[in-house]
Amino acid sequence: MIDLRIHEHPILKFDRGRELRFIFEGKEMKGYESETIAAALYASGLKEFMHSFKLNRPRGIFCAIGVCASCAMRVNGVPNIRTCIAPLKEGTIVERQERRGEFPTNTVKKETKKEELETDITVIGGGPAGLSAAIYAAKYGAKVVLIDKAPKLGGQLIKQTHKFFGSRKHDAGVRGIDIAEKLIKEVLDNKNITVLTKTSAFGYYEPMTIGAASNERSTLYKIKTKKIIMATGAAEKSLIFENNDLPGVYGAGAAQTLMNVYGVKPGDNLIMVGAGNVGVIVAYQLLQAGVNVKMIVEAMPKIGAYFVHAAKVRRMGVPILTRHSIKRAYGDGKVEGATIVQLDDKWQPIPGTERDVEVDGIAISVGLRPTYGILDQAGVKLKFVPELGGHVALRNKNLETSVKGIYIAGDVAGIEEASTAIMEGRIAGLSAAIDMGLAGDDAVELREKVREELKDLRAGPFGERIRKGLEKVEVL
Amino acid sequence: MEDYERTGTVTLDYLKKIGNVPSEERLKKGPVAMTECVQDIPCNPCAEVCPTKSIHMDNINDRPKIDFDTCIGCTLCMQVCPGLAIFMLDKSKEKPRLTIPYEMLPMPERGDVVKLLSREGEEIGEGTVVALLFPDKRYQSALVTVEVDNDRLLFEARNIRVVK
Repeated sequence: MIDLRIHEHPILKFDRGRELRFIFEGKEMKGYESETIAAALYASGLKEFMHSFKLNRPRGIFCAIGVCASCAMRVNGVPNIRTCIAPLKEGTIVERQERRGEFPTNTVKKETKKEELETDITVIGGGPAGLSAAIYAAKYGAKVVLIDKAPKLGGQLIKQTHKFFGSRKHDAGVRGIDIAEKLIKEVLDNKNITVLTKTSAFGYYEPMTIGAASNERSTLYKIKTKKIIMATGAAEKSLIFENNDLPGVYGAGAAQTLMNVYGVKPGDNLIMVGAGNVGVIVAYQLLQAGVNVKMIVEAMPKIGAYFVHAAKVRRMGVPILTRHSIKRAYGDGKVEGATIVQLDDKWQPIPGTERDVEVDGIAISVGLRPTYGILDQAGVKLKFVPELGGHVALRNKNLETSVKGIYIAGDVAGIEEASTAIMEGRIAGLSAAIDMGLAGDDAVELREKVREELKDLRAGPFGERIRKGLEKVEVL
Repeated sequence: MEDYERTGTVTLDYLKKIGNVPSEERLKKGPVAMTECVQDIPCNPCAEVCPTKSIHMDNINDRPKIDFDTCIGCTLCMQVCPGLAIFMLDKSKEKPRLTIPYEMLPMPERGDVVKLLSREGEEIGEGTVVALLFPDKRYQSALVTVEVDNDRLLFEARNIRVVK
């Protein structure tokens, strides 16, 4: 029987908890209580999770963090469940669905509860920005509700096994997973913060009300709030090439989630597309998980990642081919290989330079785009800013948007990295507390200090893009 | 565009040119750190942990410059460096010794003969593991010290492959 679970790792120890049994299409399967349904199925070798609606093409995991829905299945009679964020339970019945899925069969089993909450500040998103925002707002006595749709807090920080850059006082040299642990503990220990995980914030209502729902607890939440901090993060971009929907083509972040959060090997032989920091860091982490990374291809003439990250994978023998891209994926129902091609200086494929690379996984790291949906729905003014990754909210220096009382922090405010997300979270949390009149001069002073530190981090040549982007949106 | 931006590797000549390689005279005196951190990136924990203040940076985006005369070869900067870009060289013993940060499995044991890999990951020789420093905190990287046969390996080997 196939078992892709990792048992030895140089950095991580996987405590999978109790072994569970569940039923997948009539067959009894094994999983663990720390896993999601998708992680358990992937570990058993499943690649085809669903089929496309129109052309019935096989689809597999792409994002692994509950954004793309290409792992949607019927779970205990309910269709369209994103199995990558659905925790595995004893006896769960899982099946693949036909197209959009038949109407739920178990709707009357559980009664939906309704809960009304009143709070000072609602933070949407429990990643580095949201956690820091909650901590800094609660510090000044604000009552905070923190919402996240994932089973665990920490956002994408819980899979960052590498050491962070920056300075010591901002945890440089500390691994992302340990920074996450520290922030999560601070949030959970804080009596002013109410945490709702496995809960989706689905809409903004007038005046200052957030609707949220937890499938797991069958609860619908109406949250009346005075301020809102949107720290909804980002999603991975895809890339256009033939068969880019074949199971086995996934975001680099999905590979990272599978291996570093759930201890499941995404594949045996991979190609990484994109040599920015994410691509190169994930390639290194794939090597640590025992995956063979055959090569990294990068369309740009130079490596986008920090040199030191690139040097780490190069001395492991992984080639980085600049001015190369992927032309197509091939395979019968799943990835069996990738055709790569060299590009000329006008980004056009050079005929005759194609070659096939046998791989069972293609990881895409061509950037992220902000998850701005709920900001848009709330009527916040947005602008398309390529330097910041896509549509982002206009904001003032305190990270307040065009809708008074709604703030932003982290990747949704512009694609950067976790250290800057943490600082933006602090600024947004402090601003919300200050604007409510809960915090005084010391908070204003602290906010100024954080702003200065953030400016320092962005001062170098690698911060140029973000500085240019911010000039276009810091206008309010 | 610098070559390393395209290749992901630096050459020894380049490192010498920018003053990152300690002198023969200094190497003979005992272990000394050298960095292969060549870009202006916002990072400075090496300078912050150095007990003798031998790593100089004008600001957080500056590149670290090591004062080889005051560096005592304590390895603290190597353990903390997020870029795994600091190496320790020593020519005070009978054979040259090279210390590298190592975060892969399997970990070697003392006495193991391991393959030495270049900055491109190519096998360029063998070395004997003479010391290991396992991290006692998760943020640290394990350090492996290998005894090598010659200067070429000391300056060109930057990784090991453990054959078990």
